[in-house]
Amino acid sequence: MRITKREISAALRTSLPIMVTFIVLGAGFGILMQEHGYGPLWSIFSGVVIFSGTGQFVSVSMLDSGPLLMAAITALMISARHIFFSISMIGRYKQEGKWKWYLYYALCDETYAMLSKDEGPVGVNTSGYRLLVTLFDQLSWIVGSFLGGWLSSLLSFNSTGIDFSMTALFVTVYIQQWIDSQSHIPAILGLVATLACRLIFGREIFLIPAMIIIIVVLTLMRDKIEKKGGAAHAV
Amino acid sequence: MPFNSHALLVILVMGLMTLGTRILPVLIFGRGKEVPDYIMYLGRVVPYTAMGLLIIYCLKDVSLLEAPHALPEIIALAVVSGTYLWKRNSILSVVIGTVLYMFLVQSVF
Repeated sequence: MRITKREISAALRTSLPIMVTFIVLGAGFGILMQEHGYGPLWSIFSGVVIFSGTGQFVSVSMLDSGPLLMAAITALMISARHIFFSISMIGRYKQEGKWKWYLYYALCDETYAMLSKDEGPVGVNTSGYRLLVTLFDQLSWIVGSFLGGWLSSLLSFNSTGIDFSMTALFVTVYIQQWIDSQSHIPAILGLVATLACRLIFGREIFLIPAMIIIIVVLTLMRDKIEKKGGAAHAV
Repeated sequence: MPFNSHALLVILVMGLMTLGTRILPVLIFGRGKEVPDYIMYLGRVVPYTAMGLLIIYCLKDVSLLEAPHALPEIIALAVVSGTYLWKRNSILSVVIGTVLYMFLVQSVF
């Protein structure tokens, strides 16, 4: 592991677009937390413990009350893609020593997209580069969420409706996934099964039957979904 | 800020599950053991179902029957989708959609 100016500038060049995005989205998360009564220290805590944008946004509505089991299953569902990310990095991270546990813990979508591409720029120490890219991405998310929470605690404004930022974010991801995948069965299944369960089971517990139905249908329709090259790229 | 142990537990539990998906596969398959096809398949497709599930979760308290009949949501979601298809910039769409939605629920409906 070598970290010099060279590694720092290479990592910054790779991470800069992600850092800008993370600071803005992180600030959105921090504001949302603040509006729900959870200050910037809570946001930092969440960013260290969970470190998953989607997971953290969803957690906000579960912080006050609700069954822990649902929070656990929801987190599992949201993070399922990380199983695939981590497995595909085993070969690359083999010689990273004890630092590899940090690399796996903080392997979010964007970091994965950057580090799964290649070995890093020529003439740069790969281990140092990987560590810095991962660290810069996580730090900018956490700093953004702190700033959002802190600044919105200073200003007072009518925040009614700010929760919609989460819905809007998921809709943009949904559309992008739709464009990127050949089989739309998973995308339709997620929406329809959950809507049906919301109507049948009510607003308290519908996520659990919805998740069960989704896993069962995915298992039964595996041939059909994979034949069309359903989700060839999970990013 | 009152100390909220439920919130603490929720964050710890969600963190543990997230960490599990990132670390457990490495602990189990790190020594070259064959990864079951089925696990890889779920890892690939579940994320594509999760977004639809989360969108419905976000909208779980919206009612079509009671006024304003989900109009703020419908209008704002149309704008989010439209701007995203046009510019492919998620931050832009999220900011425009959220500001519009806040305006609609605070001043219009």
